[in-house]
Amino acid sequence: MSAPLRIVVIYPDLLGTYGDGGNGLILARRAQWRGVDSDLVYAPSDAAVPEGDIYCLGGGEDGPQVRAAHGLIDDGTLVRRVQGGATVLAVCAGYQIVGERFAGSDGSAHDGVGLLAMTTVKGTGTRAVGEVTADLNPDAFSALGIAPASGFPTLSGFENHGGVTTLAQGTIPLASVRSGIGNGDGSGTEGALDGRVVGTYLHGPVLARNPVLADLVLSWALDVDMATLGVLDDDAHEALRRERLEAVAPTARRRVLGRRGN
Amino acid sequence: MRYQLARTTTRAVNAASRRLGRGHGTVAGGRAGLKVDPQLLRRLAAGRHVALVSGTNGKTTTTAMLAAAWRDRSADGAAARSVVTNETGSNMPPGHVAALVANRSATRAVLEVDEIYLPRVLAATDAELVLLLNLSRDQLDRTNEVRMVANLWRAALAAAPHTTVVANADDPLVVWAAGAAARARFVGVGLTWQLDAGGCPSCEGHISFANDGTGAWRCVSGCGFARPEVVATLVASDGASSGAHWADGRTYRIDLTLPGRFNRANALMVAVAAEALGVDPAEAFDAMGAIDEVAGRFATKTVDGVEARLMLAKNPAGWTELLDLVEGDTAPLVVSINARTADGADPSWLWDVPFERLAGRNVVATGDRCWDLSVRLHYAGVTHRVEPDPRRALAEAATADALIARGIGAVDVMGNYTAFGELLAARS
Repeated sequence: MSAPLRIVVIYPDLLGTYGDGGNGLILARRAQWRGVDSDLVYAPSDAAVPEGDIYCLGGGEDGPQVRAAHGLIDDGTLVRRVQGGATVLAVCAGYQIVGERFAGSDGSAHDGVGLLAMTTVKGTGTRAVGEVTADLNPDAFSALGIAPASGFPTLSGFENHGGVTTLAQGTIPLASVRSGIGNGDGSGTEGALDGRVVGTYLHGPVLARNPVLADLVLSWALDVDMATLGVLDDDAHEALRRERLEAVAPTARRRVLGRRGN
Repeated sequence: MRYQLARTTTRAVNAASRRLGRGHGTVAGGRAGLKVDPQLLRRLAAGRHVALVSGTNGKTTTTAMLAAAWRDRSADGAAARSVVTNETGSNMPPGHVAALVANRSATRAVLEVDEIYLPRVLAATDAELVLLLNLSRDQLDRTNEVRMVANLWRAALAAAPHTTVVANADDPLVVWAAGAAARARFVGVGLTWQLDAGGCPSCEGHISFANDGTGAWRCVSGCGFARPEVVATLVASDGASSGAHWADGRTYRIDLTLPGRFNRANALMVAVAAEALGVDPAEAFDAMGAIDEVAGRFATKTVDGVEARLMLAKNPAGWTELLDLVEGDTAPLVVSINARTADGADPSWLWDVPFERLAGRNVVATGDRCWDLSVRLHYAGVTHRVEPDPRRALAEAATADALIARGIGAVDVMGNYTAFGELLAARS
């Protein structure tokens, strides 16, 4: 009998502003419902980061975000475990700090953990706040090992950030934004991907809106093809996705029409 | 001249708005009056004794409690008119203006104030007392960061040397804000929701809570920021009542008609505030004990023939308190979630609420965002039904319960801001 799948929610006391702990819960339940033994561990910032198979990082305010980055760099476990094949789902402030550099509240640059080759600076405009709809980037399909024919569904979520993230050459954007802001660097991209590290501005329980992303992360951690994961009762997820995509769609259409008029 | 015109405008718009059936007319009139005279709030507050109440949760109820406690009992029949308050929960300057215009004779004012507006309202009213309840995540898509609010408050209080602050000693962000005040009285009432308090607001270090019943907390990074000395402490509840211990040895019993530990905690803060304003705490507790509902919160209402007990919670801290309150109940439960402007557009916070505690109960999920709630309940292991329409959800919860179908007992209804308001306004 192998050891249980260990899912670690990193620093919920610093990086948990938007219900982000929900991502860890969703992963743990989806594993358990398929008969995979799993442990869900909430790892506070005043203790060493435990060994894990999947690490979840959430959103946080500016001050705690800087502390979290310092803590993770000093601790070293996260980087070591990723080199050893661990999977990472990083959202919002957590997404920014797994990059190489990110901005503090005063705009000053701080070292990130360096799992994704990208940098984040403070935006000059208003904060990006609102619903996001994004289509998975074709390059990401191959990187994720999914054939486009399998129809990876549209990503749906909510963003709330003041950062502008620029991906280095070679870092794959997760998706292209249909409505919302995303990375905000003018490229129209959202999120980033490298190996088994995925980052996104779709904050909070992004997996509640996108269960397929949850299963993708699980398939990496379990080293299996996503198609072999058992089918679950996702009726509530599907109803939520339908409701959200329909609620956002009219706004997107208006914007397109507006542009045509100009 | 301008001042008088502004007052007349406020009253006229309010009256018209009431006649047209557009709610209480508090905001429209106040907004119009402020347009005529931007200094209207300052002028209306001048010459009155003003107390302000702010915080993430409990503002409306606590404001009603302080207004009851501070009534001038020597004024005989006029006691009820001796304190003016914005009792409808319109907690921004237009609401304050409307309340003050409507009662020009009251020499005392107790105003509920939105967290972001507290600095402006404090400067305009030169309040002699500010009661600060708690700070936690709430509508983050609108107000961004809870620590920013604490810093706003701190700066405002530093600029108000005549103001006494009564503050929750167990909420580090509130203590940080109150620390800048010339006079602060801290009250030990506990903090159920600690997830927003882990970062030291003084040095960005880590706040450690003893959680051993002493209530002690301190910054472990050595900056010296720690729980302050308290004037009074809330002591163990035995179900429906609690005790209050003053540091000088006095003790009081807190018996409220309103349910919940959080209401008794707020009552103790009000008693300390009332004492600072010259009221005997025993009289203050007496006055608060008679309050049975505030702006419909905890009211029982019949909707389409079904009795419903209405409960409001707006954020994880508030929901956690409500789930404590209904623990052990067996009544069917309708949970209604919206995400309209007044609620905040992002219901991600549903994942911070320990809905797991509802496992085994008869639950119906409803409201504009019933599917967000349904996914959350699915992962919380709570079997439930989904009915997007709140009134139909209420009927569904009732028919599924054998006792209520026979007319015995009520359905518990919990909603966030606009979901609650909708059911409160529903015709019986």
